[in-house]
Amino acid sequence: MVTTIHYLLLGAALFTIGIIGVLTRRNIMIILMSIELMMNAVNINLIAFSDHLQQVTGQVFAIFVIVVAAAEAAVGLGIVIAMFKNKETMNINEIDLMKW
Amino acid sequence: MLELVLFYIFAAIAVVSAILVIQQRNVVHSAAFLGATLFAVAGVFLTLNAEFLAGVQVIVYVGGILVLFVFVIMLISVERAEHERQYNRQWTIALITSAILIAQIGYGLYRGKDSFVLPAAVIPPVVAAEGNSEMVGTALYTTYLLPFEIASILLLVAIVGAVVLSKRRTQAEE
Repeated sequence: MVTTIHYLLLGAALFTIGIIGVLTRRNIMIILMSIELMMNAVNINLIAFSDHLQQVTGQVFAIFVIVVAAAEAAVGLGIVIAMFKNKETMNINEIDLMKW
Repeated sequence: MLELVLFYIFAAIAVVSAILVIQQRNVVHSAAFLGATLFAVAGVFLTLNAEFLAGVQVIVYVGGILVLFVFVIMLISVERAEHERQYNRQWTIALITSAILIAQIGYGLYRGKDSFVLPAAVIPPVVAAEGNSEMVGTALYTTYLLPFEIASILLLVAIVGAVVLSKRRTQAEE
């Protein structure tokens, strides 16, 4: 029998993997992908509780999370392209235009 | 029983692919494994009786966001990043922080696991007879109409922002 706890543990595992990716990698594309992983973990939690409480609200919020993820990916990748035109790098340690 | 087996298969694929996403040297391989994770998460949604969300997950994430990622990877050069150091210097601290985080989440779930008892008969039988897409659609267009419209405005702003950020400057602007 799959309980809600199973889904919450899966969400926690995916979220932690995403956090490890954001904190340790230096390639900006992989950091953006890790953020997508974390959003997926949140969606799993929302839908698990939607199923647990037999209410559709969690699924509606999951749709909003997907919308925000799409907007974030579009703007983030636009920033990556603009940055690559200026600095020819994907390494976040070399992105220090605002530092003096 | 079948539900349990399916859940473990999808969860294993999701977690293993997610680990591979963050440790691959080549970004294209990362994107491929991200696709595997997203498909597996769609399968998890199916085991949670959220058929509509599973479809949206495949269409929007795999068909939209992942393809966008692959396009950008094709636009920028991958070779140089492969030969650089992949992890930054603070990775030990990051791993310790993540270990603390998962310990906290696990402890919270362990302490609260007794409260995950379903209250009896919350669900009216009429609602249960409806389809999943129908229920989500009804909630989205009645109770959550204003957030829905705000989300569409957010998407519009994101489209304009992405175009402005990535378009080539014309002669007149420079």
